[in-house]
Amino acid sequence: MKMIVAIIQPFRLDEVKDALYAIDVHLITVSEVLGHGRQRGVTEHYRGTKETGNLLRKIRIEIAVNEEFVEPCLEAIQKGARTGELGDGKIFVYDLAECVRIRTGERGTEAIG
Amino acid sequence: MTSDLSVHISGANTVWVLLSAALVMFMTVPALGMFYGGLVKKKNVLNIMMQSFTSLGVVSVIWVTFGYSLAFSPSELVPGILGDFRWAMLSGIGPSDVSPYFVSDATGRVPHIAFIAFQCMFAVITPAVISGAMAERMKFPAYVLFISLWTVVVYIPLTHMMWSANGLFARQGLADFAGGTVVEINSGFSALACALALGRRRNLRGAPPHDLTYTLAGAAMLWFGWFGFNAGSGLAADGLAAQAFLNTNMAGAAAALVWAALDWIIQKKPTILGFATGGVAGLVVITPAAGYVNLAGAMALGAAAGLVCYAMVVFVKNALHYDDSLDAFGVHGIAGLLGILGTGLLADPAITRGFAMAGGTGIAGLAFGGAKLFGVQALAALVTIFAAFCGSSAILWVVDRLIGLRVSEKDEAIGLDATQHNERAYTVIE
Repeated sequence: MKMIVAIIQPFRLDEVKDALYAIDVHLITVSEVLGHGRQRGVTEHYRGTKETGNLLRKIRIEIAVNEEFVEPCLEAIQKGARTGELGDGKIFVYDLAECVRIRTGERGTEAIG
Repeated sequence: MTSDLSVHISGANTVWVLLSAALVMFMTVPALGMFYGGLVKKKNVLNIMMQSFTSLGVVSVIWVTFGYSLAFSPSELVPGILGDFRWAMLSGIGPSDVSPYFVSDATGRVPHIAFIAFQCMFAVITPAVISGAMAERMKFPAYVLFISLWTVVVYIPLTHMMWSANGLFARQGLADFAGGTVVEINSGFSALACALALGRRRNLRGAPPHDLTYTLAGAAMLWFGWFGFNAGSGLAADGLAAQAFLNTNMAGAAAALVWAALDWIIQKKPTILGFATGGVAGLVVITPAAGYVNLAGAMALGAAAGLVCYAMVVFVKNALHYDDSLDAFGVHGIAGLLGILGTGLLADPAITRGFAMAGGTGIAGLAFGGAKLFGVQALAALVTIFAAFCGSSAILWVVDRLIGLRVSEKDEAIGLDATQHNERAYTVIE
């Protein structure tokens, strides 16, 4: 079992969701987060005052999957999120120690799908 | 026009008209901005509010420099359709001048400048209504150019035709109390032209409204402002203003209840957005009729607007697949049309009898034996639809060739607040 965490541009969320639906992955958790990478944020203007280095809005997607879904998920997320420009984001994959479905008490690979 | 010695400036009427002008200003910003702002995604809320504010800036300047003159001067460049420049920069009009225009009170007038200010706010709010059809995808410079051209090419000639002393339909006895043609049908069918020219928004997955509390507060403020919009349109603080005031409230109430009930039956829950939208539809439908119909007529028109606009917005729009984002056409265009025809049907002569614009007999619709009115109303509605749709389409074509109408796909995805204004409405971490 793996946990996939992707940080993507907010405006690519719809494309990423579509790409995940296409490979039959529907169980995702999405949150709005702030952060920046090498591009060091945006500059905004408020009454002429420059605000530099503001954190950028990003979307964080978490997907817990069984092994055979890892590669298709990575492909789908990249396909949906890539614009080719700075700030497209990153995907992290961790080992997942346990998973419990609260409703039934099922555990492990049974509980994940 | 003002040679009669008994014609004077009435202090009471002046207070009411100036207050009404301020109420109509309030309908544009913040009311309409908030009503629309709550309906868009949060990345576009500043842009849609800015569109309303921009109309207050741009159209006010056009209005005073030459717009009012072209709309209302009795001397004309095109007879019945367009005035001339005699009042450009309000030349020759001073604070002690009496308005040549009156509605319900021929002798107790308001200052000419008060009439100009009141009409200015009508010119301001009309293009702001159209912005609902352009939401979340139009380039800001294209919007500014569009409303500037639109005010001159579409709004001003229609205003002259419907409301000026020598206007084509004004002389035919058109009964349009507060702008069913000039404001509502006009903005609604122009909005349809915009929705078709711009095309659908991308990634349109239901596009849930980002803050319905805004929308509800905006709807309430619109309702509040509409008392000035309609009850101020008689240009007098008199019984007809009171009738228009209560008619306005009753039509809004009837339409809101009908819409919420339809939601309850069809979607299984009465929705807040349905109540607010229905209320606005009712306020639109009563706009031309406010000073002509009785209370039963007002409630009947409100109920009809709730029913028909519901069908337009919930079924017809989705079936025809055009993206009238915030339903400027479905609510303002359709209810405006119902209202102007409804006035021709339900105008009760007992309401207007004795007031200046109606003379001794009062203005009667078809239901009260008035044979002529309905035809005038229908013809004025047709001309307004034609001018609004064709004029707007032509202007959009020109603006598209000059600077392009739509933002890029990426800018639309990032949001118009960041890409058009370099600002954001909400911060997550300070």
